[in-house]
Amino acid sequence: MREPENITEMKQILEAALLTAGQPLNLDDMLKLFAGRMERATLRMLLDELKADWADKTVELVQVATGYRFQAKPQFSEFIARLNPERQPKYSRAVMETLAIIAYRQPVTRGDIEQIRGVAVNPNVIRQLQERDWIDVVGQREVPGRPSLYATTKHFLDDMNLRSLAELPPFEDFTQSEMPLDS
Amino acid sequence: MDTETVFAAHSYTSVRIKGEPLGQLPQDLYIPPDALEVYLETFEGPLDLLLYLIRKHNLDILDIPMAMLTTQYMAYVEKMKTVKLELAAEYLLMSAMLIEIKSRMLLPKPAEVAEDDDPRAELVRRLMEYEAIKLAAQRLDAMPKVGEDIHVASAYYQHIVEIRPPEVSLDDLLDAWKNVLKRAKLNQHHKLGRAELSVREHMSQILRRLKAEELIEFSQLFDLVNDGLPKLVVNFLAVLELAKEGLVRITQQEAFSPIYLQASV
Repeated sequence: MREPENITEMKQILEAALLTAGQPLNLDDMLKLFAGRMERATLRMLLDELKADWADKTVELVQVATGYRFQAKPQFSEFIARLNPERQPKYSRAVMETLAIIAYRQPVTRGDIEQIRGVAVNPNVIRQLQERDWIDVVGQREVPGRPSLYATTKHFLDDMNLRSLAELPPFEDFTQSEMPLDS
Repeated sequence: MDTETVFAAHSYTSVRIKGEPLGQLPQDLYIPPDALEVYLETFEGPLDLLLYLIRKHNLDILDIPMAMLTTQYMAYVEKMKTVKLELAAEYLLMSAMLIEIKSRMLLPKPAEVAEDDDPRAELVRRLMEYEAIKLAAQRLDAMPKVGEDIHVASAYYQHIVEIRPPEVSLDDLLDAWKNVLKRAKLNQHHKLGRAELSVREHMSQILRRLKAEELIEFSQLFDLVNDGLPKLVVNFLAVLELAKEGLVRITQQEAFSPIYLQASV
């Protein structure tokens, strides 16, 4: 079997694989392209070069939670969106607030969510988020009833264009500076 | 209608008619009940409603005037009741909590109680936490997302799978041959001769008899003296098969009474 002969060819292989993968590729995926004859450090370097090569193109190479992917640069979004005029309906406030609680306070139970929002959690809300593969059950809290503990998924980070939860806007942005009266 | 009801939030006291401040809403002011319902339903719960009241009136969240807030909150809840909005239990629970806080604040403080033991503390903490989550949710909602604002590249390619022929060892081949032999034996063993007693044949016989006799009592179908067990079984199967195919009708007047067969018309 033929192996790539030079750096240029290696980058071309990576480029073709990333463009056609249909989902983010992580380093392990990409190492397979070279049948184990590639160091991780080299791969990272090649990816950096590839990123630079594409810098003045219309799509860019970005890193998200599950790996690397090519995506259209943000300035083209509004035009591309016209191809699909039926936009997804917005999620309700209940869904987004539940998602925010899970994202910032995970792992949390339904009880935790109800405590913060002050209302009962509609099972539909949890289901919508699970169907989107944005949250999943990561365990049970060892209390009576063993309630499920929810957390956000890597897919959620991918969809939000984030590499990790640390890249979420800091929660302190949303709280008043003096948070007194902690009982 | 209580003047400090729902509409208090909109501060209509600043409205002047012919130079006179409008102190009270006209009693005949008509608001379509449906419209009000929609408006009230936009709250995501008691905390959301309280935050709305606090922000609307520019109240200091760290020093909430409990009497005022409670009155207004109760007015909303009353309004919700009157428009028959299904009132979540949480709203009532919050009413109780507000009243409790209010009354505790009216009590003279015992001297030894620490200064920071404010009855409002827990409520304020929850309100602030909820407000932070509410803002975080708005921010998340506004962030670009795949499928909305982020368009992932996906070039087409002809998917070619590298075909690897499966490996075969000599042992595999031997095993396969043994299996073939084993199966051949089994087949031989179970090979059946031509059935001597045909259910179909008996079905025909029964039908023929029914043609002549019209009604046959079930037990008459079986010659217990001369027929062997196999024949009796096959005969019975024939009856069942006939019934299944709808060729005969089997009737019985009551339990344990004689069973009759007749040809279906």
